[in-house]
Amino acid sequence: MITFRLDGRSGVATYLQLVQQVKQALRLGVLGPGDQLPTVKEVVAQVAINPNTVLKAYRELEHEGLVSARPGVGTFVERGLEKANVGRHPALRRDLRRWLAAAERAGLDEESVLALFNDTFRESREEGVA
Amino acid sequence: MTAPLEASGLGKRYRRTWALENCSVRLPAGRVAALVGPNGAGKTTLLHLAVGLAQPTTGEIRVLGETNRQSPDLLARVGFVAQDTPLYKSFTTNDLVRMGKALNPTFDVAMAEARWRELGIPPDKKSGELSGGQRAQVALALALAKRPEILLLDEPLASLDPLARRGFLQTLMTAVAETGMTVLLSSHLLADLERVCDYLVVLAAGHVQLAGTADDLVAGHRVVRGSRRTADELPREWSVVDEQTTERESLLLVRTPAPIHDPSFDVSTPSLEELVLAYLAHPGAGALPGPEPMEAVR
Repeated sequence: MITFRLDGRSGVATYLQLVQQVKQALRLGVLGPGDQLPTVKEVVAQVAINPNTVLKAYRELEHEGLVSARPGVGTFVERGLEKANVGRHPALRRDLRRWLAAAERAGLDEESVLALFNDTFRESREEGVA
Repeated sequence: MTAPLEASGLGKRYRRTWALENCSVRLPAGRVAALVGPNGAGKTTLLHLAVGLAQPTTGEIRVLGETNRQSPDLLARVGFVAQDTPLYKSFTTNDLVRMGKALNPTFDVAMAEARWRELGIPPDKKSGELSGGQRAQVALALALAKRPEILLLDEPLASLDPLARRGFLQTLMTAVAETGMTVLLSSHLLADLERVCDYLVVLAAGHVQLAGTADDLVAGHRVVRGSRRTADELPREWSVVDEQTTERESLLLVRTPAPIHDPSFDVSTPSLEELVLAYLAHPGAGALPGPEPMEAVR
């Protein structure tokens, strides 16, 4: 079982914080296939949030195929998440280094590079590309 | 489906002053709605009209489909916790349960008693001797033991310390998860409301200024930062709610029906708290659900 913790100042929507914490627990192996997530009532009793927010988070996880709801029983983990192994993607890393070099030549400083990356990342997420 | 609470053209005048005027609002079932607004905006008046403690001067208000809000059948299905959670001071918690049982056909004695045990409140303690947090919890437990379909709470958090506030909201949210009841709660504590409420009604000077689901309202607004522009230079579909402009820069909170792709703006999503503050600061701006939202005042 996992315990949720909410950060009201993070700017991240509450349901997303729940989603991220379940994913993190899956990555760390705290949660694995077959494990039950806390019931909506348990989460609500613990962190005092709207029950619909918990349902929204669980639906999102279900949509991603990570958990499944068994009506009247609870929500269970379907599959784990592998720890993102950054060493495994040499081609992506090479492309990124090339891009960083180009950004430096274009005169972007560190913060501009991060801002550009974050902005583009967010934009592509919003368009549903990534 | 009948809305648990629906007001149309609702107005209430006390002597010469309109506490509430031409107020139309429809609360969907199963929502936890925040009722927000400056002091004197009409929040308590709206709640009192809903539970039959006051009669409308104009318009009507339906609660669970009923216009006669004083009918015993309806009152049995409605819970109300008034401001400052008043309890009979000389009554023990046990007396309060007996009173609840005598006055309410659906009163769940076992549920109320279980709550005292959870809270560690002795049943023979007089309510006048309880702490503010305990008193609020007792009042909430009494209202919940009635098993209401809709629960209205007038500033229930105002006098509570942070720990008592959390305890109160935990109890309330657990009850919502168990029963799916509809809640309307007035408060100034925006950070707490952001966590527990999924619907928002903002009152300003006796009028409904803003109403809708929290998700829709947040999705329909953006915080936009960019080089200074005049109102004419902004996209026509934007309604500017709040504006902070320096010589060079404009920082705006805008209502917009479409995503913003203009790369010359730095765009972010407002928190519910930011959004409410912007509207509270500009009582003339308004956004109501429906096909033709009112045009916000610039």
